[in-house]
Amino acid sequence: MATKSLKARNNDIANTSRQMEILSSGIFANGELPTFAAKIKETGHFPLRPKKLEILQINLGYMCNQVCEHCHVDAGPDRKEIMTVETMQQCLEVIKKTEAHTLDLTGGAPEMNPNFRWFVEEASKAGIKDFIVRSNLTIIRANKKYYDLPEFFKKHNVHVVSSMPHWTRGKTDKQRGEGVFDKSIKALQELNAVGYGMPGSNLKLDLVYNPSGAFLPGDQMALENDFKKALKEDFDIDFHSLFAITNLPISRFLDYLIASENYEDYMHSLLDAYNPEAVKNVMCTNTISISWEGWLFDCDFNQMLNLKVASKVKHVSDYREELLQDRNIIINQHCYGCTAGAGSSCQGVVA
Amino acid sequence: MSKTYYDSSDLRKFGKITEWDEELGNKFFDYYGKVFEEGALTAREKSLIALAVAHTEQCPYCIDAYTKDTLQRGITKEQMMEAIHVGAAIKSGATLVHGVQMMNKVNKLEM
Repeated sequence: MATKSLKARNNDIANTSRQMEILSSGIFANGELPTFAAKIKETGHFPLRPKKLEILQINLGYMCNQVCEHCHVDAGPDRKEIMTVETMQQCLEVIKKTEAHTLDLTGGAPEMNPNFRWFVEEASKAGIKDFIVRSNLTIIRANKKYYDLPEFFKKHNVHVVSSMPHWTRGKTDKQRGEGVFDKSIKALQELNAVGYGMPGSNLKLDLVYNPSGAFLPGDQMALENDFKKALKEDFDIDFHSLFAITNLPISRFLDYLIASENYEDYMHSLLDAYNPEAVKNVMCTNTISISWEGWLFDCDFNQMLNLKVASKVKHVSDYREELLQDRNIIINQHCYGCTAGAGSSCQGVVA
Repeated sequence: MSKTYYDSSDLRKFGKITEWDEELGNKFFDYYGKVFEEGALTAREKSLIALAVAHTEQCPYCIDAYTKDTLQRGITKEQMMEAIHVGAAIKSGATLVHGVQMMNKVNKLEM
């Protein structure tokens, strides 16, 4: 189990241009597999263009209390990049005037940003319809100062979306670190205690499942049923929906794929599961991702690859939605991760 | 020709069997696909049966395919190993139950 980010380890893969090089060479350069651009051309989806903007996803920083094996953000305790109040203020201006109905706060552990609560309070005043915080759960138990997070989320009617790779301790701790399972269970019980995730409750609690290894997620509905049954029987935990998300071949997961000699097979699996229907609804068509520094991206994954939007507007301080919406979405081979099977996005399957 | 009898990348070429006999190949794949659909048994139960049979048939391609398939369905290592033991128990039982035939024959031949 890693305890440091790739960046802190000076790993080659921490360099985004190196990742782009890997994704463009080998099986994609020699013609064994078609590039993503070639593939979506077959069904007339190239260039990929945005549809109506629905979701603003803001990354409050790469700092995290966990160092998960598969993390595409390469987040961890040693990452110090977090959003400043100035950038948050620029984001608030955007939130006030955006057409988007969903605000999605992510990280790292967004709660570790010292101005997280202030930002949530200000953003909730803007009256956005669905206000998501992506919480890794263990943060709620990490330190006394976070113990009241369930109450805080409830107060602002935040929709909590949490990662939970499996309903068993072994699989969870292997991916996310020793003790993560027990802490996550405790955090879920505390969220349930204030009303989150209960049947019929408007306090929404959804879980995110992503495979702990070089394989794709199975059927979202079947996995949801298995999670619900096991968490209820073993720990009396309730939650609303499960989102099954495919791991994209970037950052720490790419490093793992290469080190374990699974890279080529994994790319083949993504290609074999390619679903043209999913292309129509990939999340980059309805989302704008904002980095901790205020840069704009087509999605969180492009953010991690430092592929800024192909638009005159590249920073939140210059934000102009109508101009931004008139752009081509930047794609590369990692995009196959969002079009496999029933498709994958931060909101679960798309087709 | 390859120097080994099995090559893991051949599994990806399975679909090519239709190239030399399209009708029978397609009929097989249609049938195969239908068998694994959710029915009176869940797709998950079928995957575990397939994993156990993959081992009793000792088909390396099937073992690769259904190990991955069971993992994708969130099936745990413990469940996978138990399924294989079911296959192994039937295999060894099938061997040992023939012991009765051996005993019958001995009883018939011996004075």
